[in-house]
Amino acid sequence: MVASGQERILDNPKFQELVRTRSGFAWTLAAVMLAIYLCFIFLVAFAQPLMAMKVGGGVTSLGIVLGLVVIVSAFLLTGIYVQRANSRFDALTRDLQKDIA
Amino acid sequence: MHRLFLALAAGLVGYIGTHAVAFAAGAVDGAVDKQGLNIAAIAMFFLFVLGTLVITYRAAASSKSAADFYAAGGGITGFQNGLAIAGDYMSAASFLGISGLVFASGFDGLIYSIGFLVGWPIVLFLIAERLRNLGKFTFADVASFRLDQTQIRILSATGTLVVVAFYLIAQMVGAGKLIQLLFGLDYLYAVVIVGALMIVYVAFGGMKATTWVQIIKACLLLGGASFMAFMVMLHFGFSPEAMFAEAVRVHPKGDAIMAPGGMVADPVSAISLGLALMFGTAGLPHILMRFFTVSDAKAARKSVFYATGLIAYFYILTFIIGFGAITFLMSDPAYYTAGAGGVINKITGLLGGTNMAAVHLANAVGGSLFLGFISAVAFATILAVVAGLTLAGASAVSHDLYAEVIARGRASERKEVNISKISAVVIGIVAIVLGYIFENQNVAFMVGLAFAVAASCNFPVLLMSTMWKGCTTRGAMWGGFLGLASAVAMVVLSKAVWVQTFGNKAAIFPYDNPALFSMTIAFVGIYVVSKLDASQRAKRELASYDAQYVRSETGIGASSAHIH
Repeated sequence: MVASGQERILDNPKFQELVRTRSGFAWTLAAVMLAIYLCFIFLVAFAQPLMAMKVGGGVTSLGIVLGLVVIVSAFLLTGIYVQRANSRFDALTRDLQKDIA
Repeated sequence: MHRLFLALAAGLVGYIGTHAVAFAAGAVDGAVDKQGLNIAAIAMFFLFVLGTLVITYRAAASSKSAADFYAAGGGITGFQNGLAIAGDYMSAASFLGISGLVFASGFDGLIYSIGFLVGWPIVLFLIAERLRNLGKFTFADVASFRLDQTQIRILSATGTLVVVAFYLIAQMVGAGKLIQLLFGLDYLYAVVIVGALMIVYVAFGGMKATTWVQIIKACLLLGGASFMAFMVMLHFGFSPEAMFAEAVRVHPKGDAIMAPGGMVADPVSAISLGLALMFGTAGLPHILMRFFTVSDAKAARKSVFYATGLIAYFYILTFIIGFGAITFLMSDPAYYTAGAGGVINKITGLLGGTNMAAVHLANAVGGSLFLGFISAVAFATILAVVAGLTLAGASAVSHDLYAEVIARGRASERKEVNISKISAVVIGIVAIVLGYIFENQNVAFMVGLAFAVAASCNFPVLLMSTMWKGCTTRGAMWGGFLGLASAVAMVVLSKAVWVQTFGNKAAIFPYDNPALFSMTIAFVGIYVVSKLDASQRAKRELASYDAQYVRSETGIGASSAHIH
């Protein structure tokens, strides 16, 4: 099926839309994750006094808060992707499968 | 085969039983109040082993095809797989090691947790769904989809076995030491028990048993860690600030535990370590294999979502547990041995070392029975992780090397599964021997090396062969092997091995982790050699990209061999 219908799928506008939107979305999220993480590592490596800065008047430091932010953002980003994939990308894939069946 | 299983299982249980009794008697000459605790730990560990052996027996009875053996028949749900993936990741090393790191230096422990976690979104965005759409049992199925079977499978199997070997040695040595400490068992016995049980799980129960062992252990570990973190937070009225303030007050490093310390030696090492942790996750063979146990790309996607959530939750727990250990243990001399002159070092003086921080905290918040529970869970954790590693190694030997390279795709399914079982036994025995040999070696660098190799060989080959049309076999081979060789070479020449193990004066490679360089070498190698490759085969491989592309993006034509 793939061998015979493969040209047809490649030229199908739905396939092109699916691939374009999904890979754009996935690479953007991957870049966001990488950027957040590298920012954190750069701060740890180059800006230790900043990371040691107190927030909220107690002993809690900016570094701890940012660390938790990175952990939570990793989870949120996967959530955002799954949400989008379950609705939009799966619908596009189903459409496409109907087209070529 | 079932009779053989029962005989082996009975032998094992008897073996553990005898030594458990022997050690319980011997524990008297150590700290006396520990004797009772150890029996609770052993009893609970016994229960775990019995339970998992029952599961293995049932899995063995229902595992008939290769798909059952390698991929649990594709019958694992997204949530179950998420738990199993999280379980593979929540090793005893990350539970005890990271909480111990937090105990010793506070904030720096967080750097490791974060590095281990942030690989997961990358796996989800770039790897998981394509992997499920293209592959069958191993990640080599995916990498060799349109490239030369023989060569790419040799490369992938090498990458797999190197990662598994280093990871396994680190786990076995850690297991031996931990069990020695928790149960009072001899190092050799501990290593033999771990090795024997993992052989039984893998060789008889295959992926089904390995997955369920992992799921049960993940639940036990998450439950136990949640209870500890809850008790700590309860003590501080659920105010993190109150906990941090008390920790700063009692910790010898004082306020320094709230900021980055000496953990990260220099920026290049920090970034290199970060890359190894992040992209190594996307190249660990025993994790990648889990994506073939679910029915489709959608379930693969869900499993990464659940896994990320569980792992993030787990690392927040270990952070609380580490700080809890500071506040509960550092003011109580009962958890310490005094050094020279009766002076107690509040960090290194902890009974059994800083890695025992979580175990002592279990006693502090939940008494001796809970200490026994956490000890048993730590043992179970090691077992589950080594079983997953063994299965990944055995699959690389049977499915990649034997079936495709040696038998050229003409092996019968039955023969292939049998080879896999034999490989599991051999890997288990080799792991026991290596665990014994490396008892007194510094193995801390080995997990880092496993991640570096995974990030520099497996991950680049997987990513480039699926995402870049121009990737050819020759390019993947050169890039992959260069990445593998440079990662290993740089670790050998770095401080951890060259100075601390071989005793040379100065390290030749100046950084702690090679990933920044070895990953670059791998990607550039794949790109340049593929570009220069003008062979007929390269032209065919370019032409067959479209078919792979359609299937990887849509799942149309994806392997359904393991959906029953």
